[in-house]
Amino acid sequence: MTKLKASHYRSSVKPIWCPGCGDFAVLSSLMRALANLGIPPEQVAVASGIGCSSRFPAFIRTYGFHGIHGRPLPLATGIKLGNPALTVVAVGGDGDGFSIGGGHFPHAARRDIELTYLVMDNSIYGMTKGQPSPTSPQGTKRKASPYGSLEAPLNPVLMALAYGATFVARAFSGQVKQLTAIIEAALQHPGFAFVDILSPCVTFFDTYDHYRRITQPLPDDHDPADLAAAMTRAQSVEPLYLGIFRQVEGPGYARRMAKLQEAAPEMTLDALMAAFRR
Amino acid sequence: MNEDDPNVVVRVGGEAGEGTITLGDLFTRIAAHAGLEVYTYRTYPSSIKGGQVLYQTRLGSERVLSEGDDADLLVAMNALAWAESRHDLKRDGLLLYDPDALDAPSIAAERAWPLPATQLARKLDWPRGKNIVMVGALTWLFGLPLEEAKAILRQRLGHYPDVLPHNLEAMEAGYAYAREHYPDRLPCRLPLPDAPEERLLLSGADALALGALAAGCRFYAGYPITPATPVMEALAKYLPAFGGSFVQAEDEIAAINMVVGASFAGRPAMTATSGPGLSLMIETLGMASMAEVPVVVVDVQRGGPSTGLPTKTSQGDLFLALYGGHGDAPRFVLAPDSVKDSYYEMINAFSLAEHYQMPVIVLSDQAMAARLETIPYPDREGLEWCEHLTRRIPDAKSLEKDYRRYRQTEDGISPMALPGMPGGMYTAESLEHDEYGHPTQAPRVHAAMMAKRARKVETARQRLVGWKAAARRWGTRGAPFGVMGWGSTRGAVREAMHIIGKERIPLEALYPHTLLPMPDRAIGDFLHGKKSILIPELNFSSQFARMIEHRYYRQLEEEGIHVYMLPKEEGRPFKVREIVQAIIEMVEAEGGAL
Repeated sequence: MTKLKASHYRSSVKPIWCPGCGDFAVLSSLMRALANLGIPPEQVAVASGIGCSSRFPAFIRTYGFHGIHGRPLPLATGIKLGNPALTVVAVGGDGDGFSIGGGHFPHAARRDIELTYLVMDNSIYGMTKGQPSPTSPQGTKRKASPYGSLEAPLNPVLMALAYGATFVARAFSGQVKQLTAIIEAALQHPGFAFVDILSPCVTFFDTYDHYRRITQPLPDDHDPADLAAAMTRAQSVEPLYLGIFRQVEGPGYARRMAKLQEAAPEMTLDALMAAFRR
Repeated sequence: MNEDDPNVVVRVGGEAGEGTITLGDLFTRIAAHAGLEVYTYRTYPSSIKGGQVLYQTRLGSERVLSEGDDADLLVAMNALAWAESRHDLKRDGLLLYDPDALDAPSIAAERAWPLPATQLARKLDWPRGKNIVMVGALTWLFGLPLEEAKAILRQRLGHYPDVLPHNLEAMEAGYAYAREHYPDRLPCRLPLPDAPEERLLLSGADALALGALAAGCRFYAGYPITPATPVMEALAKYLPAFGGSFVQAEDEIAAINMVVGASFAGRPAMTATSGPGLSLMIETLGMASMAEVPVVVVDVQRGGPSTGLPTKTSQGDLFLALYGGHGDAPRFVLAPDSVKDSYYEMINAFSLAEHYQMPVIVLSDQAMAARLETIPYPDREGLEWCEHLTRRIPDAKSLEKDYRRYRQTEDGISPMALPGMPGGMYTAESLEHDEYGHPTQAPRVHAAMMAKRARKVETARQRLVGWKAAARRWGTRGAPFGVMGWGSTRGAVREAMHIIGKERIPLEALYPHTLLPMPDRAIGDFLHGKKSILIPELNFSSQFARMIEHRYYRQLEEEGIHVYMLPKEEGRPFKVREIVQAIIEMVEAEGGAL
């Protein structure tokens, strides 16, 4: 078999993203990470919600599901349990994942369902042309917030840590090498892996320079098993740390389900029916 | 008790949380085990403790068609039970009551039989066991075998080992007291058969779960909601043993999305919910229709709107099931009309979902899902479809070049590649898409794809012709008066027609099992030659009748067929006499039977 290359994952559909959009880097990083790990395209399923970044599945030549707004995590959970042999990736934006779909995030984390969740976090609603999102800074002035947004932004990394996610990372589209390495680690994680990817929207909220200025890698001595340290560093706004905050082995939902199935006594429909005999 | 159809109605009333349902349930199981046919109805408040519970069991020597209107025996565990149900006691009916709970009921002394359940239980130092004392008494009064009653008690309540001995004592105490004070037992008791027919004792929820397993369902995700939770609990218990997976999701939207995901990955999948949950799932069902993913959703209907009457029955979700959602999203809607049929319709539901790659909604209701019924062992009758209706999967060769997930075909069905199959990579798309699944807004493609998806329903409709299980028709063939309905009202209608039959009014009934697509030919044929039809249903706005009027208006008008609507939205099923009365009124309004 020929060695897999990123180009093997390239779809014939041209991305609809604006030139310079951070999501291009995420797309190419995921392709490269899959190729590096030698996962054949047919063994991958990418599920998404709605928004610019959620158009992702059409642009990668794997199995995909472009679902409805906010629901990539339950969709991906079903795919993984439907066929646990697959490598399953959920993708979406910050509005999709933390606003309309925010209710699913803690539960995917506490299930430790074996999938990778890549959030392309641009702190703005791009597809609907620039309304403040759950990660927009307070005071963001847009058409829907003409006097500046009144809400404080969420901290997705801190949330994921609090929810008990077993793999939590932050990456930046402006640093593709590290992004690819983090996605590779996430894909290999045997549980729920969350990556908050700062992925600027060049049209409605260009944050490239801002993030270049304030981001820096987690200290070399950061211990991804130390939850308290991870939570402390996750709270830092400046510097805004990039890297793997947390990485521990969890039980995995699909693995636990497989154990239940193995442990269950042999059962046939006839035997089950007989148990209902009067 | 009726000479030609011997049956007896036992109604138990008592406080919720005091074991009233356990009382009714145990007694029903003991009677069924002894060879009687059973059919129950239960209604309970939407609370954990407090409020009034009513558990009605109808016992028969032959199959029982409904829970029956009036009681032959009323078992009153509290004063309210008597106050609430005294008018539903037959003229010669008996009251069995706990004198600690009910002081001197206003009924002839010979018809009021005291049974001091509270005192007997207290004497055993087991006051909670008064319900089991009453089960013991009923076991004697109906001439049921005590040893087997105890075996059933062990089987049902054995998971509380520390209280089991107390409960066994309580049962014996009730039995002994009744034997001593009522040596002649109950006059209305039924003879027990020597060799009972083989029967399953199932609740409607059990039947739905077993049908799903029989159909190959191997994934369930759901969110707890009354009255659908028992379906979830059954599948949570059984799925792992069948190699299946189960998730209690964080909400109904998550549940249905997991079901779609698992099915996309190749696993037959379902969820069960009730009205509020179905409302939440509607957007995703539209997606499943658009992306062409097989899913089965059971709606165990309860009173609405909004939170409504969570523990009471209704048929108010028909329009939601048929039309709910934005855009035109084809789906199938099935309506089982009995516990037995719940099993079969689940198999049909999976056949339709898998073959046509579309959502299927199965409409059950609280009364039908919660009731226990003895049913014959399921056979292959009525299952013509499921034998050959499976998901169409492309072979490896056809994936080698130019695989189009949403290929335009004559019947609208496009072979569905499953993740893991080399060469089949595609994106299931909730946006409008071309044959490859690539998003597009081209007007012609949109029109063609809308037609493709709708064509699948038409293909199914064509196949329904000649499928006898698509609608149940019975009564006098070609009679001038008809009854049409759907779902769980069938029992009461059957029984009402049996009564009317004696009045020599020619009558015929039709109950479609597929409400979408409608079995048009069967309905047209049924309507032909009718003077009038009665449409009873358990909702406020006569949803089914409106649909019939709307869909068959031309035939109704040309043939001068009058439609009589009989809506009832009280949270309770129809009484047989309500149907009888409505039929007689219809016939009179139409100028009589001849």
